[in-house]
Amino acid sequence: MGEHILTTVDWARAQFALTAMYHWIFVPLTLGLSFLIAFFETIYVKTGNEEWRKLTRFWMTLFGINFAIGVATGIILEFQFGTNWSNYSWMVGDIFGAPLAIEGIFAFFLEATFFAVMFFGWQRVSKGFHLFSTWMVAVGSNLSAVWILVANGWMQFPTGMAFNPDKARFEMQNFWEVALSPVAVHKFTHTTSSAFVLASLFVLGVSALFLLQERHQKMAKRSMVVAAAFGFVASVFVGLTGDEAAFNVAHHQPMKLAAMEGLYVGQVKAPIVAMGIINASKKPGDDLPAFYQETKIPGLLSLLANRDPNSFVPGINDLVFGNAERNIVGAEQRMITGKIALAELAHYKYARETGNETEAASALALFDQYKGDLGYGYLNSPAEAAPPVATTFYSFHIMVVLGTLFPLIFLLVLYFAFKGSLEYQRWLNLLCFFSIFLGYVAQQAGWVVAEVGRQPWAIQGLLPVGMASTNIAASNVQTTFFIFLTLFTALLLAEIRIMMQQIKIGPEA
Amino acid sequence: MIGNLDHAILQQLWWLIASVVGSLFLFLTFVQGGQTLIFTLAGSEEEKTLIINTMGRKWELTFTTLVLFGGAMFAAFPLFYATSFGGAYWVWMLILFTFIIQAVSYEYRKKPDNVLGARTYEIFMAINGSVGLILIGAAVGTFFTGSRFSLNLYNSVTWATPYHGLEAALNPFNLAFGLFLVFLARTLGAMYIVNHVAHEHLVKQARKAAWINLLWALPFLLIILISLITMDGFAVNPATGEVFMEKGKYLNNLLGMPAVLVMLLGGLGSVIYGVAATGFLGKNSGIWFGGIGTVLVGLAIFSLAGYHNTAFYPSVSDLQSSLTIHNASSSKYTLTVMSYVALAVPVVLAYVAYVWRLMDAKKLTLAEITGEDVKEIY
Repeated sequence: MGEHILTTVDWARAQFALTAMYHWIFVPLTLGLSFLIAFFETIYVKTGNEEWRKLTRFWMTLFGINFAIGVATGIILEFQFGTNWSNYSWMVGDIFGAPLAIEGIFAFFLEATFFAVMFFGWQRVSKGFHLFSTWMVAVGSNLSAVWILVANGWMQFPTGMAFNPDKARFEMQNFWEVALSPVAVHKFTHTTSSAFVLASLFVLGVSALFLLQERHQKMAKRSMVVAAAFGFVASVFVGLTGDEAAFNVAHHQPMKLAAMEGLYVGQVKAPIVAMGIINASKKPGDDLPAFYQETKIPGLLSLLANRDPNSFVPGINDLVFGNAERNIVGAEQRMITGKIALAELAHYKYARETGNETEAASALALFDQYKGDLGYGYLNSPAEAAPPVATTFYSFHIMVVLGTLFPLIFLLVLYFAFKGSLEYQRWLNLLCFFSIFLGYVAQQAGWVVAEVGRQPWAIQGLLPVGMASTNIAASNVQTTFFIFLTLFTALLLAEIRIMMQQIKIGPEA
Repeated sequence: MIGNLDHAILQQLWWLIASVVGSLFLFLTFVQGGQTLIFTLAGSEEEKTLIINTMGRKWELTFTTLVLFGGAMFAAFPLFYATSFGGAYWVWMLILFTFIIQAVSYEYRKKPDNVLGARTYEIFMAINGSVGLILIGAAVGTFFTGSRFSLNLYNSVTWATPYHGLEAALNPFNLAFGLFLVFLARTLGAMYIVNHVAHEHLVKQARKAAWINLLWALPFLLIILISLITMDGFAVNPATGEVFMEKGKYLNNLLGMPAVLVMLLGGLGSVIYGVAATGFLGKNSGIWFGGIGTVLVGLAIFSLAGYHNTAFYPSVSDLQSSLTIHNASSSKYTLTVMSYVALAVPVVLAYVAYVWRLMDAKKLTLAEITGEDVKEIY
């Protein structure tokens, strides 16, 4: 049974990762570009300058091409919760479903309704109402991110709920705790601000291409100034919210933080690895070195995690095997109590089924005692509690390095724009153009840190992914995986070709 | 006030809300219907482009309503979401595929260098409007014909057939349901074209298409109605929650809920009037009668399935695993929170209606899609 479920789970994970990664190619551009378009159109309405109108419509065309496929991949994600993760859907539907429904009511309709006005309303509504619609699309797009990120934040830090043993599911107890959990808030602010950075890089890159080709120079420079200013502000915000997000990870997902830095043995004045080559063969508890080569900055991880450079940060070994000195209960011990919780839950269910209420009450009392470790009861070995360390480490470091580079690019663009020599900086324009690709790398790396670093949990500490999937033969999920792969790739190629053609046509057509 | 409502009332309220969303989706499938009309109605490339651009201004609304229906079912009846989507896997997956290809088709069709060519995207639209709707109909049909699944003590679903939902599409009742939806959507699509397009030849063709497609829909409608009033249904004992087969259950439901009977007959009458007004009286407002009628028929169908002590997602292989609006729902707390959120629905409907009116105030003309706004043409 174990192998069969694992295979299904593997395909389900691959399929979800595939869909989510494709989805996240399109969505960040939508989130950021919608605001940039709103800025451009606002300038047009304020100045009445026809060139800003042309500029607005050019970026709007690229927005529309990107938007459609973002919508298509988004619906798949929603329904995949049910098709591939039906056990998960039942266990968390009481909590997870509400943000999804709210997203539909408040955000999607705003987006869908005003999208039509934004694209087809130029001659059907007033200038003011058109501008209002463009802003509504931007607000709606970003509102839609709120609720799905609240749901994701809850998976990283389950709060405001209780387990109902009769229904065998988690039930919401406090909506505000779910909606306003610090993890959810920082996940939203960090994710959307990073999306603004990506969209700014996109506008910079395409405009830089025009400058390199000596086409549409005036419009390109205008676009670059607005995008660089927006991108720089967003970059600062990305840094601040990233710091808060890491602080939350340290407190709610210490294993993820340890993996992000390849920290196996906990220590005071824990360092951040500025550069390093990690030993991917290392396993928790063995004697192999964690790194082949590393350059560390002492105390920085402690500062990041606890706001104190001299504080202790637990390592992977502490969290897997426990550390009595630091009062850390490891996965090894939690597996024992988790298995008791599972056994008592089964005992309770059986007693209720057979009408033995006394036995049910005593089983429930024991279950309540250990239910906090419920998820650990499903693990087969303590080492399973650690995520893939090398993937998490490299993704985190790539994200941070790129996140540091981007504000410098924005500043350089603003500097040369101010000096009036932007079109002569060939190297900078080339850098801007290639930064589109780097922006996407940073986005994907960020999500890999968040989701791979959360493994093995679907819901942190409570439900491992192995128990979350649908009871279905692996071949079904495998088949749909390849269908999605083919379809998404074909559509992505079509999108890139169409975009390139529209860029070739340019804003003044 | 909402906080004081009984859990059972909230469950009924949320079945009603989900039914309203589902019924609105059925009305909005005029977009899908319109997509299938491009090959039968359009006499020229220009007419084809007119149809696609007419539907293209509303496709996202239909898509969003479907997403909201999924979200509402996930939130309010998570056991249905887990059971049906995880069990009838292939039906839902195929429905999804048809909606992915629809979403990109509008945006990509007319764009230069679109790799697959305009014709391919038109075929994608037609697949969405035909296969997609047949499968949605088959999925809704299982509310009455049942599925082969069982739930264990932890509410984990096991499907009893290896076909994972494909078997539902071969059931004659479910298939009739799906085909009815296709022809109803085509009828509505034709009426929307009449309402929104200013093109003499196309409108003339659409008026004819409205009643021809209604004629095609009628045999399937008769199969559905006759089956519904004669078939045994999945009843629930309200005291014990036990599910059992009841003779003429859906007829009993109709007679036991006269309002539902009125909605069903009134809805069908309204659709027929809408088509008659469009096809024979030369009116342009038929879509509104068709739309209201479709929503009423949808509400009647969902009410028959979920209310009056009925299992709305029955299991034919393990009766006691059948889902009712009571055993499949979210907790009282969650339904209460969502009910507060649902108070915003009238506001949403109001601005959707306002923008719709604003955008449809002027009919779509050939001049508009061949003029200077060519960048935003589908």
